[in-house]
Order: sequence, then structure tokens, then C-alpha cells
Amino acid sequence: MMVERGGWRVRGLRLWLPLGAYMIFTLFPFYWMAVTSLKPNNELYNRKIMPLIVYHPTLKHYADLLSETNFLVWTWNTFLVAAVSTTISLVFGTMLAYPLARMRFAGSALISFGVASTYLVPQPLLFIPLADIITSLGLNDTLTSVILTYPTLLIPFCAWLLMGYFRSVPGELEDAARIDGATRLQTMFKVFLPLCTPGFISAGIFAFTLAQNEFLYALIFLTQTDVRTVPVGAIAELVKGDVFYWGQLMAAALLGSVPVAIIYSFFVEHYVAGLTAGAVKQ
Amino acid sequence: MFSWLMVVPPVTFLLLLVGYPLIYGVWLSLEDRPVARAGTFVGLANFIADARDPVFWQVTINTFVYTIAATILKMVGGLGLALTMNQDFRFKNTIRAAMLLPFIVPTVLSTIAWMWILDPAFAPVNWFLRNLGLADPGPSWLGNAHLAMMSLIIVNVWRGLPFYGITLLAGLQTISPELYEAATIDGASTWDRFIYVTLPLLKPVIFIVTMFSVIFTFADFQLVYVLTRGGPANATHLFATYAFDVAMGGGQLGMGASIALAMLPPLALIIIAMSLYMKPTKS
Repeated sequence: MMVERGGWRVRGLRLWLPLGAYMIFTLFPFYWMAVTSLKPNNELYNRKIMPLIVYHPTLKHYADLLSETNFLVWTWNTFLVAAVSTTISLVFGTMLAYPLARMRFAGSALISFGVASTYLVPQPLLFIPLADIITSLGLNDTLTSVILTYPTLLIPFCAWLLMGYFRSVPGELEDAARIDGATRLQTMFKVFLPLCTPGFISAGIFAFTLAQNEFLYALIFLTQTDVRTVPVGAIAELVKGDVFYWGQLMAAALLGSVPVAIIYSFFVEHYVAGLTAGAVKQ
Repeated sequence: MFSWLMVVPPVTFLLLLVGYPLIYGVWLSLEDRPVARAGTFVGLANFIADARDPVFWQVTINTFVYTIAATILKMVGGLGLALTMNQDFRFKNTIRAAMLLPFIVPTVLSTIAWMWILDPAFAPVNWFLRNLGLADPGPSWLGNAHLAMMSLIIVNVWRGLPFYGITLLAGLQTISPELYEAATIDGASTWDRFIYVTLPLLKPVIFIVTMFSVIFTFADFQLVYVLTRGGPANATHLFATYAFDVAMGGGQLGMGASIALAMLPPLALIIIAMSLYMKPTKS
């Protein structure tokens, strides 16, 4: 930490001014979502009045969103898909990371290189062939299509993060358990994995937010309203041709963001650990 | 034996759903393949057609402009943000948590909000311009080619800055304070300390963050799909959205696959150039 000099003027200039400006830039879209979602249509589409204030707040857009669209179904789908694909990714990620972190075996270098490169394959490179594959498997308009494909985005990340975490756990405890006659598998489940809970939370929360965020595969694979996720549902059904239902759109944007933000707020430290794990070795 | 038993299921899974589609994509790019019909092998004809397509070259330029501008802004802004955050102040953790919101909230949803911020008639940006007497009725932010690209870059920076800021902050915190003290004793100014201590030690972190960001910015889809759909007149189409339009909108899977694949060589070039320029030195 640097020694503080100068007093409040310097501090205001160096800290609060840039930070304040940045926070306004960062948070404004969320404020705008909230304000818009509460405006009645005659305020929403009035060029004359100051747009940042609601004069007669109403919950009409929320009521319409929940009663006229399948928003709740989309929310449930989004959660279900994110939860299942995160679970699959954590299990597969562990199955990759544990041997790579703990054992030397033929081909381990090749596999860790493969996992790292998979992480860097951009999604747009895969969506056309995947769309064809999903169609030929008859999985269009099923949640299975995204539950199968999301882990391809999440496993490499989980494996990478967990590998780093596993290596940071000292091996003595496992050695002791092995000497006491525990098998490899027992050692792993009873001794090792419980020690790694923070690593699992980091990888899990990161994978979960990524899965909630995914759009391209969901857009292509899910075309029926009852299997859609929130981002696809909002874009496909609250925009009809050139008509944007702005009040409902903003209500949907806010309602779709809040659950993610709440879950995230409980695990901020783990999330930051996951975010920075690839770049910074602590 | 044990290791192999563990590794085989996930490796098979990834080979089937990443490796196979990748190869299948290359195969598709060599075919004339209308959707829902059998394809015919056409060799490099799709790539030759791409090279003769003026839109394809515009997409290439768009993607470079978008990636380079957004990356530079995020890198400089993120560094500034990290240096600002690397001071002692109250509510630091709360502010850091709020700062990351653009990165965790589903991108499509926040981008819809941006679309409405940039609305020419009813949104705050133009309301202020009108009421300050600067413009009436105010620019069409997403309807003009240059303004649309600029708007996309701003929204991309809005979303990506926290990733740079927070990761670089974590990098800054690993730099030992003794180094700064030693430099100060040797008579180094604040600027000297930044140039000779902070930057060299931060270089590996900057490199990794930038590489990730370049890959995902170059291959961006969501922002463009929501804000402009590539318009006006293809001015904001990127490789991903153009490939999507050709494959999903036009039903030409082979052509689409060739456009998506065409993104690989320039991407590889950028990454190689960056690696040469910023190669993290072992310390």
C-alpha cells in the first residue's frame, strides 16, 4: 500500500473523482432498466419530459410480463440448464484436474494442452456444425441440446481452475491416508476433495454465471417458447418485428439480472478468485 | 490405470462435442450445403466466393476495428481502474462487487438496456443533447455507420472493463511494497515507479488478460446481434454475426462455415504478434 500524502484534495482527485465517474458509467444501465420498467407508457414515449425520473410509477409492465409471456418458464429453464450443466462440468472438470494435478502418466501433457486449447476455441467457430449435429440427433427444441453443449464451454475452465487449486493443497494428508491403507478412490473422496470446497465454489459460481449468460447456442437450438431461456425469450418474444415492448423488456432485463446478481453477491470473493485464477498466480 | 479411467469420460465428451464439430466444420466449409439437404463437395469454392465478396472484406475490417479499439480502451481503462482501486479506502469490497456487475449480468439483457439508452427519440443521451441545445433531434446512434460502430465499442468496453480492472488489481496486489520503497529511496518519481516497477511486473498479467479479451472480442456475437444485427448496411457485421446470417438466415451452412473458419488465421496472427511483442519473461 502506498503512503497517503496530500490530504482530501489530492485524494478526491486521485480516488473519488475517477471512481465516482466510473461507477456512474457502470451502474447507469441498471438504473435505466429500473426507471423504464416502472414508467407508464405515456411517460415512456414522451419526448418532452425528463427521462431519468418516473412521475407516476406503475407495476403494469411487470404484471404484463408475468401474465402475458412465458417469463417464469424461461427463468426456470435458465436455472435448470445452468444448474445441470454446471454440475456436469464440475464432475468432468474434477475427473480431468485430479489426475493432471496429482499424478504423472503417459499423455498427461497432451491432455492438459488439449484442455487449455479447448478453452480458447471461440464459440462462433462451432455453432454451425453443432447446429447440424443437434438437428440430426433430433435434439432441437429440447433443453438437452443446451445441457449437452454448455459443458463444452465450462469444462475446460473448471478443469483449469481446479487444477491450480488442487496443486496448492499439500499432499501429506493424502500420503498419510494411503499409508493407513485407504485406496486411491477413498483418499480422493474422503480426504482430498473436502479440502477443495473453496475451489469448487469458485469454479461453480463462475460456470453458473457463464451458463446463465450463454446466448448463441440457445438462440439456435431453442425456437419454441416453452423451452427458451431468459435472454432468448426476451429478444425473440418481446420484440415483435419493429415493435419493442420497452417497458416489458426492461422489466425482463431487471428480473433476469437480479437472481444472478444476488447469487453472485453471496460469493463475490470466490467469483473474483475464479476470475483472476487464470491470470494471477497467488 | 486409475488416471486413465478418470480422464477418459471427460476427454471423450470433449472430443465428441468440440473436436468432432471442429473437424465437421472444416468439412462443411468445403461443401455446398443448403440447410436440411445433402451437401456436395466443392473444394475451396466457398473460400474463393468469400474472397470475391465485398461484404466479407468489410466484415474483416469491421472486426479488426472493433477488436483493436475495444481492446486498447479496455487495457488503458482497466489499468487506470486497477491503479485507482489499489488505494486504501472505505467500502472497497462493496465498490469492487458493484463494479463487476456488467460482467456477471447476462450480456443480452444489459445490451437491451443499452439499446434503449441509445434510442434516438426517448432516451436520456439525446434528451440531454436536445436540452443543452447541442442537437435536435439528435443523432441516430445505431442508425449511422460510424456512430453504430462507436456505440458497439462503448458497450463492449462497458462490459469488459471490470474483467481487466479486477484482474489487473489482483496483479498489482502481488507486487511487493518493498520494491516501491526501494525505488523511492533511489529517487524515483511516481511516474518512474509506474514505468520501471509496476508495468514490467504486471506485464504477464496484462498479456494473459489481453489475450483472452482479444479472442472473445474478435469472436463477439451477442452485442452486435442485439444492438444492430450487423447494420446499417453491414457496417457493424463481425465474422460471427455474418456467418450466422449466411448459415442460419440464408440457409447456406457451407458458406457460413467458411466465414467462421476465415476468422482463425487473422486471430492466430493477432495472438502471435501479441506474444512476440509482450512475451512474458520468466522471472
